[in-house]
Amino acid sequence: MKITVLSGKGGTGKTTVATNLALSLENVQLLDADVEEPDSYIFLKPEFGEEYEPVKRTVPVIDEDKCTACRKCVDFCEYNALAMMLDKVLVFPEICHSCGGCMRICPEKAITEKEREIGKIRWDESGKEVEFWQGELNIGEESSVPVIEHLKKHINDEKTVIIDAQPGTTCPTVEAAIDSDYCLLVTEPTPFGLNDLKMAVEMIKEIGKPCGVIINRSEEGYNHIIEDYCKEEGIPVLMKIPFKRRIAELYSVGIPFVEELSGWKERFQELYTRIKEAIEK
Amino acid sequence: MKKITVISGKGGTGKTTVISNMAALAENLVLADCDVDAPNMHLLLKPEITGERIFKSGKLAVRDESKCTECYLCLEFCRFGAISANFEINPIKCDGCGVCAAFCPAGAIVLEEQETGYIYISESEFGPMIHARLKAGADNSGKLVSEVRKEADKVAKEKGMELILIDGSPGIGCPVIASLNGVDAALIVTEPTRSGLSDLKRVLEVTRHFGIPAMVVTNKYDLNEGIVAEIEEYCWQMDIPVIGRIPFDPVVNQSLRDGELLIRYREDSKPAQAIKTIWQKFKETMVL
Repeated sequence: MKITVLSGKGGTGKTTVATNLALSLENVQLLDADVEEPDSYIFLKPEFGEEYEPVKRTVPVIDEDKCTACRKCVDFCEYNALAMMLDKVLVFPEICHSCGGCMRICPEKAITEKEREIGKIRWDESGKEVEFWQGELNIGEESSVPVIEHLKKHINDEKTVIIDAQPGTTCPTVEAAIDSDYCLLVTEPTPFGLNDLKMAVEMIKEIGKPCGVIINRSEEGYNHIIEDYCKEEGIPVLMKIPFKRRIAELYSVGIPFVEELSGWKERFQELYTRIKEAIEK
Repeated sequence: MKKITVISGKGGTGKTTVISNMAALAENLVLADCDVDAPNMHLLLKPEITGERIFKSGKLAVRDESKCTECYLCLEFCRFGAISANFEINPIKCDGCGVCAAFCPAGAIVLEEQETGYIYISESEFGPMIHARLKAGADNSGKLVSEVRKEADKVAKEKGMELILIDGSPGIGCPVIASLNGVDAALIVTEPTRSGLSDLKRVLEVTRHFGIPAMVVTNKYDLNEGIVAEIEEYCWQMDIPVIGRIPFDPVVNQSLRDGELLIRYREDSKPAQAIKTIWQKFKETMVL
């Protein structure tokens, strides 16, 4: 079973939910797919080895001897990753999507491809209860999606898989959610949280996944904007995490609160049971 | 004219709160909400939309079933796994590269431009504001960021404004890079948590990579003063000015929940005073 933890707005508590949930369950694997800013490692304290798996993408290489400056490749590229400077083709590797079109379209066979690293996959080698994998986008690179795709190759279907996604509602978030059985949305009871939750729900509808909501920084009796919206949309509110300084302090030093505050492991286990029931339905 | 982007690496550190309250203190500015994945500034500033246009970007391959000879070439050539065994094109996986359309021997596939969002030209109480909305699951947020910025530049020039403040996205990828392109400086809002520091380091590597001067504000500083010291030590080593600290105070959250600007909601509160001081420091640093 695969559960993706996501949010429209950043900083609502995805990593808090993903790590605390993982630590409350057995036979679990956690994938940190927030590859631009991976933070789950702070809470799980894995031992990464020296080795990592490079995530590579192919980019075109122009053989200047063969190139006749016909511009066909430049005109073909939908991403503007190729440009013509005088009679030379320039390649902008960070913008290239590796579709291979320029290589195919070149009538002179002047284009080949080479690989370049855009990210890294690391994993925990300490053999902890939670099997942990992390994707990481290299600095200055634009495309997170290939790193997430590569990370997902390590999904272990024998385990409960929790995927910590990037905030937002565009391609990297979709990529983290698209193969999951369930989307767990984390939000906060502010107009910002509500606005971005609506956008995330719209995205989940687009990809057709069941979902449920966790309200973080919840204050009893203050407002019900999230609950009201969820009721209207028929989305279950599965958990509320209170707005407490103690929880914020534990977060600040990288301690998962299930390890310090009693009763929360059980609540996360109940949450898991409800998700399982929803998927089976 | 100066352009400054507010980013954070980590989400939820307070970018929009800082920028919106700064806007209320500024004169002669244009605001650009470039967090197109989750735009929120309009919720606080409640601007009046005066113009709107459709944002077209990201093409998708569309197949004409009647022409398709099921030759498998598209399946073989597509590197995005967007074409299924029965030749259906998955719009979510399709990257719009055009390879299938260009090489289909039957001419059964065309690339169609998609309407993926809207750009709004608005008037806020503190000046013109450009914002956008991207359709859910859409590609090309970086391109939309560039479009919003172009619009902001145009408005700023027309009206002779001195400053463009850009609200950026969390992360370090394509929309963030697009929001940093050619700006005079980046203002980074961080928080004293292990995650905040880890993400700050990555985002500062990005600004250094692109040669953009950065300055840092620590929000919720009294949550963990040990980590504040680490943040400030790290910035000092990297030669990056730290221009202020904002305390952790429930009043900030209350103002957000009520959808109001902190400096109006509780002008005398400590975080509101802190933002005022930061604005002064920001003006000095940027020679505004």
